[in-house]
Amino acid sequence: MINKVPLLQIKNLKKYYRVTAGLIPRPLGEIKAVDGVSLDIIEGEVLGLVGESGCGKSTLGKAILRLEEPTGGQISFQGTDVLSLNKRDLRTLRGKIQIVFQDPDSSLDPRMPVGDSIGEALIVHGVSGAGERGRRVARLMEKVGLEAGFAERYPHEFSGGQRQRIGIARALAMDPRLIIADEPVSALDVSVQAQVLNLMMDIKDADGLSYMFVSHDLAVVKYIADRVAVMYMGQIVELADKEELFRDPLHPYTEALLSAVAGLRRGGGSRILLSGDMPSPLKPPAGCRFHTRCHRVMEICPVAEPAFREVVPGHYAACHLYP
Amino acid sequence: MKTWFYTRRGIVKAVNGVDFDLRQGECLCLVGESGCGKSVTALSLLRLFDSPPGKIVSGKVMFAGIDLANCPVEQVRRVRGKEIAMVFQNAQSALNPVFTIGDQIMEQINAHGRYNRADARKKARLLLEEMNIPQAENALNMYPHQMSGGMKQRAMIAMGLSCDPSILIADEPTTAVDVTIRAQIMFILQELKTRRNMSIIFITHDLSLVREIGDRAAVIYGGRVVEIAPVETILTDPAHPYTRGLIACLPDISTNLKRLPSIPGNTPNPIDLPEGCTFHPRCRDVMDVCRSTEPALVNIAGVHKVACHLYDNAGAFIA
Repeated sequence: MINKVPLLQIKNLKKYYRVTAGLIPRPLGEIKAVDGVSLDIIEGEVLGLVGESGCGKSTLGKAILRLEEPTGGQISFQGTDVLSLNKRDLRTLRGKIQIVFQDPDSSLDPRMPVGDSIGEALIVHGVSGAGERGRRVARLMEKVGLEAGFAERYPHEFSGGQRQRIGIARALAMDPRLIIADEPVSALDVSVQAQVLNLMMDIKDADGLSYMFVSHDLAVVKYIADRVAVMYMGQIVELADKEELFRDPLHPYTEALLSAVAGLRRGGGSRILLSGDMPSPLKPPAGCRFHTRCHRVMEICPVAEPAFREVVPGHYAACHLYP
Repeated sequence: MKTWFYTRRGIVKAVNGVDFDLRQGECLCLVGESGCGKSVTALSLLRLFDSPPGKIVSGKVMFAGIDLANCPVEQVRRVRGKEIAMVFQNAQSALNPVFTIGDQIMEQINAHGRYNRADARKKARLLLEEMNIPQAENALNMYPHQMSGGMKQRAMIAMGLSCDPSILIADEPTTAVDVTIRAQIMFILQELKTRRNMSIIFITHDLSLVREIGDRAAVIYGGRVVEIAPVETILTDPAHPYTRGLIACLPDISTNLKRLPSIPGNTPNPIDLPEGCTFHPRCRDVMDVCRSTEPALVNIAGVHKVACHLYDNAGAFIA
């Protein structure tokens, strides 16, 4: 079972992008893609991170690995301060935290046999003997349900689901403790999606891994995650155990998201239709960033930003409904 | 209907024997995974594919007494947009970036009608209002890049409706948008169905949307309709092993599953379809006959049709 040691701790993490326009760049402002996110990932758990496109969920995933250098905040992995690591130590860290991307087409080199793609990580991390590397690649491919003999083939010879398996095998090459999975099944057909989700669960159980599972699909997150964080415009607005969050969402945004997911077997509950789109990230609304679309907006919402607090034990929300 | 594409690598049998009918005021969903032929089916109805390489090799598309599959192209052109309109998946690439939304809708309006500029503009504004676009007058002057994804998709639907068609074909209209925007678009389509008594062909890979909007659903696999029935029947009492698998493997927020059932294998390549029943390499209930003979679409109960050897020609369950 999950023991409560945090594997990864994120405190007040920020990633701002400066936006410029014109031939002679003039500053337009800053996009606060990740704006003060604090999260823990516990050893052996799957943390689901949900939100709509542009909410900053992918940037958060990349910032943890410093693929996008954070603007501020703290990240600590197994007690190590990630942001102060030098290049060499960062490389060691990236062996322990791996990332699986959404689109296996663009994350695999089309001119490299997949076995080499998987083995590349081993070279970078110092497994130099070709024989040893070959054996490990074969083991990894079998682990993700592919024939070891396919190592000589090129990415285009595989289907989307198989390519995503290759992406997973590559992430597993260095025996990571944490895998950041950024929409790993979004590009797959439903009949194949289930295979890949089951595979990820099996690997997690066998190796005692943790996942940060980034997705826009609540149904998928409900299946795979232990805890779920909901993100809106760069901030976490709600965080709770999966059962609790789906049964009793506190934040109006979570409520709307859940009601927007039709569900096959759900009865006809009333649907909350959010008005409008996500505001421009260049000009986030004052106060609570969700107030422009919120169906429970109050006088205080455009004025003051709500704090992210523990409303019931283990269930956090940032909303003025829960003072 | 069969639509094949003659390519250098072989014949792509994208649509390989699709049968269905569409009734007035009904929403028929074409459901299937990528590459199953659902979009080509829709394109074929209006002959909107490049020919060559594409060709409707057999079959008919009967609309108001005309066979759209075999009549002269000029005749099809009179139907396109006016009688049968289409909304595509990706509004971003379907809209012209250098014209305002208003101009593009007005162009559509006058493609088949004769309106002066003021009347066309008024009609365009009313269409945008029908799509729940706030400040429609303003929106007419916007360029596509000034609009959000949801607004663009709604503007696309407005364009589709500009000639008051009797059939709207919506090809995955919500795939590229977020869930909250998707809910808005689904709401608009439902409104259209009731208010305009319009017939809609809704193409999707997402069964949960079928439940929301569909009256009947046709499940497509390997270029063929493998099952067609009222939506409730498809979802609660699916007859084809593929439909059953598809429903079972979908994660759902109202259930707590420890493990998802899955369908083994991959979707077939339309250039190299399996012999016999195209689903047989992945089917749990596969029999010898499935490997050699293609099953016919038979009636199993009232309006429920299925193409599977588990059912005999009279529609009775064997096995």
